[in-house]
Amino acid sequence: MLRLPAPVYTQIVGHCLSGLPDEACGLLGGDPVSGAVVTCYPTRNVAGSAKLYTVDPGEHLRADRDAEAKGTAIMGVFHSHTHTDAYPSPTDVAQAPDPEWHYVLVSLRDTHPMVRSFRITGGRIDEEPVIVESSGRPAHQGSSR
Amino acid sequence: MPVEVRLPTVLRPHAGGRSTVTANGATIGEVLGDLVRTYPGMAGQVLTEEGSLHRFVNVYVDDDDVRYLEQLDTKVADGATVSILPAVAGGSGR
Repeated sequence: MLRLPAPVYTQIVGHCLSGLPDEACGLLGGDPVSGAVVTCYPTRNVAGSAKLYTVDPGEHLRADRDAEAKGTAIMGVFHSHTHTDAYPSPTDVAQAPDPEWHYVLVSLRDTHPMVRSFRITGGRIDEEPVIVESSGRPAHQGSSR
Repeated sequence: MPVEVRLPTVLRPHAGGRSTVTANGATIGEVLGDLVRTYPGMAGQVLTEEGSLHRFVNVYVDDDDVRYLEQLDTKVADGATVSILPAVAGGSGR
């Protein structure tokens, strides 16, 4: 399960929209075990592409240090698919770096952004519920749209 | 010369769960070589069979990505921290 505070959800979707026409990406800080996200780290897509993304390595290092200073950890990554489903592509699966991470996909194909989250372990894809929390209360459950 | 090496979560199981270990070397190549000799489980994830830096990791000396320095020949100063992080990439691919 992925638990997103409403401001983090807004940051994720906003960063993805502002990255158009290219894919956008960023990292998530929090608790990988409970799936509770605390901090969104929007990063530059150094691939500069509508089909691929690469998190800026320097920004990744800074985010990793900030998360550690907060007593959290980098627990996942989000990126947009500008014209396809919010589902991990073969490229996403092949390059998923950590089975403990949460992989958040934002599809911008339709009028409303679609946010979904997955675990990727040894090539296997498992979708997990996304809960957007407003003031500590769940505001929405399931794929977030 | 011993230096501190910070490990990403995916490599920690190969080092008994530790997030930071010590390795010896005056260059990144020497430090990573010592690291994989001590923790052989990391071998294929940090360095390729040919001995170059694996494309799925980024390695830093303090704040600097070694790919923008001298790669494996990058000098590691006394007291420096080496960090290893996964290279995070993907995309729709089409």
